[in-house]
Amino acid sequence: MSTTMDRPTPESGGLAPDDAVTPTRTAGRRKLPTILGVVTVLLGLRLLTTSRSGDTTFRLAVDSDFAKLPDAVLPSSATAWLMLVVCLALTAEAVRRMLARSRQPLWLPIVFALAWMIGFLSWEAAGSRISIVSLLAGAIALAIPLVFGALGGVLGERAGVVNIAIDGQLLFGAFAASITASLTGSPWAGLVAAMAAGALMALVLGLFAITYFVDQVIVGVVLNVLVVGLTNFLFRQVLTPNAESLNSPERMRGLPIPVLGDIPLIGPIFFRQPALVYVLYVIVALVAWSLYRTRWGLRVRAVGEHPKAADTVGIKVNRTRYRTILLAGAIAGLGGAYYSLVSVSGFNREMTGGAGYIALAAVIFGKWDPIRATLAALLFGFAQNLAGVLSSIGAQIPPQLLLSLPYVITIFAVAGLVGRSRPPAADGVAYRQQ
Amino acid sequence: MRLVLRGITKRFGSMVANDSISLTVEPGEIHCLLGENGAGKSTLMNVLYGLYKADEGEIELDGKVQHFTGPGDAMAAGIGMVHQHFMLIPVFTVAENVMLGNETTGFAGSLDLDAASARVTEISERFGFHVNPDSLVEDLPVGVQQRVEIIKALSRDAELLVFDEPTAVLTPQETDELMDIMRQLKEAGKAIVFITHKLREVRAVADRITVIRLGKVVGEADPKASNAELASMMVGRPVELVVHKDPPTLGDAAFVVKDLRVVDAAGHVHVNGLSFTIRAGEVLAVAGVQGNGQTELTEAILGLQDDVTGSITLDGVELVGRSTRKILDAGVGFIPEDRQVDGLVPGFTIAENLMLNRSFKSPFVKNGSLRLGALREFAQKKLTEYDVRARDIDALATNLSGGNQQKVVVARELSRDLRLLVAAQPTRGVDVGSIEFIHKQIVATRDSGIPVLVVSTELDEVVALADRIMVLYRGQVVGIVPADTPRETLGLMMTGERPKDLKDVVA
Repeated sequence: MSTTMDRPTPESGGLAPDDAVTPTRTAGRRKLPTILGVVTVLLGLRLLTTSRSGDTTFRLAVDSDFAKLPDAVLPSSATAWLMLVVCLALTAEAVRRMLARSRQPLWLPIVFALAWMIGFLSWEAAGSRISIVSLLAGAIALAIPLVFGALGGVLGERAGVVNIAIDGQLLFGAFAASITASLTGSPWAGLVAAMAAGALMALVLGLFAITYFVDQVIVGVVLNVLVVGLTNFLFRQVLTPNAESLNSPERMRGLPIPVLGDIPLIGPIFFRQPALVYVLYVIVALVAWSLYRTRWGLRVRAVGEHPKAADTVGIKVNRTRYRTILLAGAIAGLGGAYYSLVSVSGFNREMTGGAGYIALAAVIFGKWDPIRATLAALLFGFAQNLAGVLSSIGAQIPPQLLLSLPYVITIFAVAGLVGRSRPPAADGVAYRQQ
Repeated sequence: MRLVLRGITKRFGSMVANDSISLTVEPGEIHCLLGENGAGKSTLMNVLYGLYKADEGEIELDGKVQHFTGPGDAMAAGIGMVHQHFMLIPVFTVAENVMLGNETTGFAGSLDLDAASARVTEISERFGFHVNPDSLVEDLPVGVQQRVEIIKALSRDAELLVFDEPTAVLTPQETDELMDIMRQLKEAGKAIVFITHKLREVRAVADRITVIRLGKVVGEADPKASNAELASMMVGRPVELVVHKDPPTLGDAAFVVKDLRVVDAAGHVHVNGLSFTIRAGEVLAVAGVQGNGQTELTEAILGLQDDVTGSITLDGVELVGRSTRKILDAGVGFIPEDRQVDGLVPGFTIAENLMLNRSFKSPFVKNGSLRLGALREFAQKKLTEYDVRARDIDALATNLSGGNQQKVVVARELSRDLRLLVAAQPTRGVDVGSIEFIHKQIVATRDSGIPVLVVSTELDEVVALADRIMVLYRGQVVGIVPADTPRETLGLMMTGERPKDLKDVVA
């Protein structure tokens, strides 16, 4: 008896506060109908309190298209009211399913979102033209670095390492890419440097979080602050005085893919992009495939779910985690290069504008799955671009409200669409061997 | 494969978990390691499996001294382990769990899941396991999960299998099935180490028994020795294995549950139309395989479930719809089934844990501030009264052994004016000495005229404490029977079958 007192013996099982189960609540069932209802009412109020007349032109083609799709001209007011009715019907269907306690199908929120968006756009853009291509292509442009960051986040967390430092990795990647591409004259060298910069940050994160068991969230936040400070300092002291030689990389231009780039609507959106974006397509597919279909992926997921179980079958947990976050860091760093080599040419202070944090939200919204996280990042990009498009067509919405749009959409999407999402069981928990 | 352990010593800080332990296991033999929780059995096996590094001593397999740097080496040498806490990844399929760390791969490291499934099916059929390789592990009952662990070891051609407290999570039926599996493996020439503290099981399968106490081997025991002999060897003093209690002095029907129905957020019905009564001074013990609504029943009583219909009255007062705090204030004491999650705050001291159910008002809180003096005095008293072995009242709960943690919970719950005691799995993971003590406390509570509801998946415990036994199956009552109902009948009822001539006993 006396040996068991005071000291956690391996057999006493030691207390594990992380085992706590979250109690399930019934509120989940009411979530989707409530959100659809609120959003429908907002549209209804908008339609009732303002008035529009004339037609809305949706442009489906761009001038350089090989085969042009005709413009779609819709009567603004009638379309908006019709879509409002559709939204009401879908909300009613959601309520009916809630009362019948049956499942809410995925098509319901998707069709709702489409109908709502068409109604809203035709109302706000009454009498003017909206280019669907630039709305969506712009969304993708804004989403690219988010997708890179989110993929890095998914990989790290799947291996059990929470990476708050995505923003730092993006920013440092942008910085390294700009300098290297300027010095060497090759944007490709800039991409390699960006990957190295992201991986370097991951190494620091790993050193503290994996080897020295420091709280992963704290290390991540500190790293972000560190990178902001460091790049700001170097930008002012080194880059600005030598802007010609150190901060004027060659910009990566669009590289249309033959045939694919000529498909109406899809071509100009997806296949007239710079090479970095095609690299991203490949990375998304590779990560999604290898995470679920390869030995590497199985082991990565194992160390993120139950590191001790992985250890007992001879997998080196911490080595696996290091490798994974280095790869994740390299991917996130690559995303940083998009800012300084594609969006604009050259580095600027804090040019990511906190995109890393949005990428982090995409990781969670995407339920730690590479494809879903990519879609989530695209949604965020769309919301951001929508705000820009609306203000450029002169929609009568207060600009402050427009600026908050991406975040409002994020909140509704995360709250309404994400059901029970379960992070990897050992996410954020360092593994100690006895 | 023949295993020889020589002079294994393992220290954690100043504590010696294994003190120069020597042991030989022959092929085709089931060798039992018998000892209390905390005696050092699991530590020894973790040393053998390469999870811990021994400070002294050596491991020899078939005459060759081994130097394991990790579990990978031990596995390669032919050691397989079925861990007490399954080393399975819940969100992986059976096949994925079995292949993990030992994957067959095709192009570019892609997984050959078909080969893994075939391997699982092959082993599963050879031993009659009935395991579907494509099921997710989290969807499987614990008994099947354990078979997955066994398949995992066998798929790596293990010749020595270690079972670490394998029956702790099993139902009586599953336990019998496991015993059969172990005998089958023995016939196949495997060497088996069976770690347990349950005497019944030891006597059922052991060819040899080594008893460990306080990290030392105290000797070998004869498999034909009596329960009392084995127990006193294990604990180091004569132990009372039977709970002594007088016939109950029954009062009024104090606790009445009527048509209780509990539904979870996903719409699953966990408790379906439950009705029973407990009289003052009576223990009603709930028997049943884990997951048949016991957890939801106790949580519904405590106001921890959302969707509850029906009625629960204590001394005529309706409890359904009240907040947990109001229910506690009505005099309900609750020993939750998982003390590590619901019973204690691990990072709090013993004293702080002792006031958790009275954190709002006197005696420990006055005008919004803690009365530390009163709390310390109280904690000091309970520490002695309940024989909690700890440095002092400022020791953190997380640093206590399972038995001492549970004594803190019991002390807290019994130190109020109770009108009802709900004890769920009161002695799970608790050493024999503490079990004896906690059982005495529960009987004393009943003798003071309080209705007691005991929930346990250990049939021994149910039979020992009950005045009446209620068997639950899929959230419904199979029957409420006298405490002297034969074990076989109870075992049958736990599978949902109700003997034809069975008569319920009325309170």
